[in-house]
Amino acid sequence: MRRLGYIIRKEFIQILRNKAILPLMTIVPIVQLILLTFAADSEVENVRLAIVDLDRSPASRLLIQKITYADRFIIEDLPASVRQADFMMQNDDADIVLTIPGQFEKHYLKTGQGQLQLLVNAINGQQATVGAAYLGTIIQGFNEELKLEVTRTVFPAQAAGPILKTEPAYWFNPNLNFKHFMAPGIMGELVTILVMLLTAMNIVREREIGTIEQINVTPIRKWEFILGKMIPFLIIGMILLAVGLSIGKILFDVPFRGNLIVVFAYCFVNLTAVLGLGLFISNISDTQQQAMLTTFFFVIIFILMSGLFTPIESMPEFAQYLTIPNPIAHFVHVMRSVLLKGSSVTDISYSFKVTALLSFIFNTLAVLSYRKVN
Amino acid sequence: MRSFIAFIKKETFHILRDTRTLYILFGMPIALVLIFGYTVTNEFKNASVAVYDKSNDPLSGQLIRHLTSSGHFRLIKAVRSVEELEDLFMTGDVKLGIMIPAHFEKNFHDHKVISIQLITDATEPNYAATLTTYASRMIQSFKKKNAVGSMPQFTIDIETRMLYNPTLIGAYNFIPGVVALILMLICAMMTSLTIAREKELGTMDLLLVSPLNPILIILGKVTPYIVLSFINALVVFGMGYLIFEVPIRGSMVLLLALTVLYLLVALALGILISTKSNTQQTAMMSSLFTLLMPTILLSGFIFPIASMPKFLQVISMIIPAKYFIMIEKAIMLKGADWNAVAFYSGILALMVLVLFIAAWRNFKVIYK
Repeated sequence: MRRLGYIIRKEFIQILRNKAILPLMTIVPIVQLILLTFAADSEVENVRLAIVDLDRSPASRLLIQKITYADRFIIEDLPASVRQADFMMQNDDADIVLTIPGQFEKHYLKTGQGQLQLLVNAINGQQATVGAAYLGTIIQGFNEELKLEVTRTVFPAQAAGPILKTEPAYWFNPNLNFKHFMAPGIMGELVTILVMLLTAMNIVREREIGTIEQINVTPIRKWEFILGKMIPFLIIGMILLAVGLSIGKILFDVPFRGNLIVVFAYCFVNLTAVLGLGLFISNISDTQQQAMLTTFFFVIIFILMSGLFTPIESMPEFAQYLTIPNPIAHFVHVMRSVLLKGSSVTDISYSFKVTALLSFIFNTLAVLSYRKVN
Repeated sequence: MRSFIAFIKKETFHILRDTRTLYILFGMPIALVLIFGYTVTNEFKNASVAVYDKSNDPLSGQLIRHLTSSGHFRLIKAVRSVEELEDLFMTGDVKLGIMIPAHFEKNFHDHKVISIQLITDATEPNYAATLTTYASRMIQSFKKKNAVGSMPQFTIDIETRMLYNPTLIGAYNFIPGVVALILMLICAMMTSLTIAREKELGTMDLLLVSPLNPILIILGKVTPYIVLSFINALVVFGMGYLIFEVPIRGSMVLLLALTVLYLLVALALGILISTKSNTQQTAMMSSLFTLLMPTILLSGFIFPIASMPKFLQVISMIIPAKYFIMIEKAIMLKGADWNAVAFYSGILALMVLVLFIAAWRNFKVIYK
């Protein structure tokens, strides 16, 4: 037990001594958390729109007004002709061109059918296509309003048929605040990446620069060595999570609906799993470069398939199974559930169990793969 | 020159000998393309739904079948209370709850106003909004199908044309992004690590006292990685073309030439980082947080830059990947010629120049 204390002290001295790595471990992740949360706020705004109004009727003016009121769009110009609008599109001055054809209102009143055209610059991915979806919603609202006006004046109330109103209720996040959604997930992700990379490079570093030989001639046992390597990083990871949570609270006002003890307890279990994986990679690598690359390979796949940016539910079924051994996926899920919804331990018991199992497997591999003698 | 070639040979042997690294270097781009192509998607199907049907009549049953028949929604459970629904939200098993009020059929035939509640787990705001939109659209179409009225249906059809990418293929967006990411990863990170490694192990001093010029030593160390990353870029372009039918409408030569230009930026960044770091850990952490993360986040690859706050838009202007992705998209998808991409290429060239000068000055300070 005394030996374990010494090894932990040695690790801490080594970590704190390195002036270059210390800021990278503390300040940079925090800056990342802030930047990432802002960057990943994928509410689409500032969509550049050009409107060609060939109708110039009260109805078309109402539509333009409605679009202006929705602050998602920047109306770049109201070109007089379709050709002019096409030109804007080609020069990448507009993301979307909306054309209101001539006689739009007249046709609508007479036949009940209106026609509008949208040209979408689909190359810019989300910006234009999500913008087009928003525009579609605005046009539907405009249609409802117009319809109501027409039917009120022309048709008796009974003929309208049943009215099915849908009332959306956004639970846990009524303002649809995207930062509340992203920040907890990103915290989980950053803590995991940092801890995994640092541990993965740790033992292999000692081997590469030769200091492992000195440890190997001491009477230290396998499990003491592994634990001694794990505990410092476990502490660092927990501290980082605490700092991340404070920043999330102060800067983004992330709600803490659930019990923070559950969050830290889960973080502890999750970090033991991640540490085990990191140490295992370290043990089977010959150079730090190799260890880093192997870790990176896993980390990138873990992140992309963690549900952090795109919902796991939308993945094909086989891919959903692949998220079971993914510690980041569980971490993101737990952070969001507990912080934003107030889920209890029993609600997230599945994640707890799977992570504990992963921890057991990874750590067994780590202990088995560590050899004092080559 | 002979000794330089010998040096490159030595470095190449080093890399080729390490088969695991090689596997990963070639496996990574392939894995990324496949993940982006097949698993990461924003479109939704099979969203888990719970129904709280207070009327339980034939028509409400029809409405539920109508919703689930689309393939967008999957009925997980019929609940009997709001509390039960809340429990399902807590575990994350259900994302949308549909609440149908009592006497649905009767009110429907009496032409009354019926409100159906769509309760979503809004911790995922975008997903919640999409679910609500789809569900209300389905409910309206159900009404159209089943209601009898004498009034004409007032509708507005929106004829939408998606320019340059008519079927909205995700690959048009991610293939250029993956190329930018992979080149940054291999070229910048791997070079910064190899040079930092020599420093850490103390073998750099051995190399420096050899008759080879220090610049040639650095060049010799990075050349194999340039070749490797270029091959990787070809693999990704090839996969895009063969599997996802991402076209290359413009000049192939131009595209590859500008890929090399971007490679040089990545390389300069890698060398700059390595001159600043004394250990591989430092080099890796610096590359991770100053190169890789910004490349993923601020290049417009995953998140649209125009929607970001102003200060991030300003930062994104110094991200090389942003310009390279614009160049790639212009050449591949729009068939742009040199004039159209000259400006962006100029910016990249300027970056190469500035970064190499900075790296060179650092290098001189250390190894004079």
